[in-house]
Amino acid sequence: MTVLLSDQRTVQSAEDVVAIRQAVRQRAVELGFNLVDQTKIVTAASELARNTLQHGGGGHVTIEAVEDFGRRGIRLTFKDEGPGIPDVALAMKDGFTTGGGLGLGLSGARRLSNDFSIESAPAKGTRVTITRWR
Amino acid sequence: MERIPILKMGEYLLVTIQVDMHDRLAMTLQDDLTTRIVDARAKGVLIDISALEIVDSFIGRMLADIAAMSRVLDAETVVVGMRPAVAITLVELGLSLSGVRTALNVERGMDLLRERIRERSSE
Repeated sequence: MTVLLSDQRTVQSAEDVVAIRQAVRQRAVELGFNLVDQTKIVTAASELARNTLQHGGGGHVTIEAVEDFGRRGIRLTFKDEGPGIPDVALAMKDGFTTGGGLGLGLSGARRLSNDFSIESAPAKGTRVTITRWR
Repeated sequence: MERIPILKMGEYLLVTIQVDMHDRLAMTLQDDLTTRIVDARAKGVLIDISALEIVDSFIGRMLADIAAMSRVLDAETVVVGMRPAVAITLVELGLSLSGVRTALNVERGMDLLRERIRERSSE
């Protein structure tokens, strides 16, 4: 996979979450995503950014335009150094929440992406990577 | 402090969300709206989301909470103007917005509100 463009942003406030949505939207438009696909990746970004903020205590996101075998996409990597997720399988379940939300953040973001991976270790933090192809 | 304006039109309250809301702003709207329903003795709330480019789980929950709270306060809520791409994404995300009445546009939303309020007053 080739990275065409890369941009890192902090996730430290509710305003950052809005700015990340707008940055992801802009990248999706540049890559020629149709409206539905733009909406899906922006919504997934919003869920994951909120998770990074609320559960990870803030962190970073890397927004990349990538190319693989001639297809182009957006890859988002959210990283925090928060408490980590003790049981990733449980956290991926619809409706599971520790934050008082609906418990759709991780599971919903996975459904809205083509590729999804998560790494988390107690006291080390969490990294979630999603890719949506055009 | 930044706020979403709430307009009063007779027994209805009208909210048009025109900005990409951060979470605190959404919570403020929810608080303001419940207060206004009581103060204005509103019977109906119409929320226009046609300018919203996404509805994620947080905004979705806010809409569902507003609908539930207004029901408890004897008012009906209708959400209008959801973009098709937003609707597709919302369902894939896993949100069905059950309990939230929706209409295609403001005109149909107002019709729906009037109808619901008439039904309730004749019960």
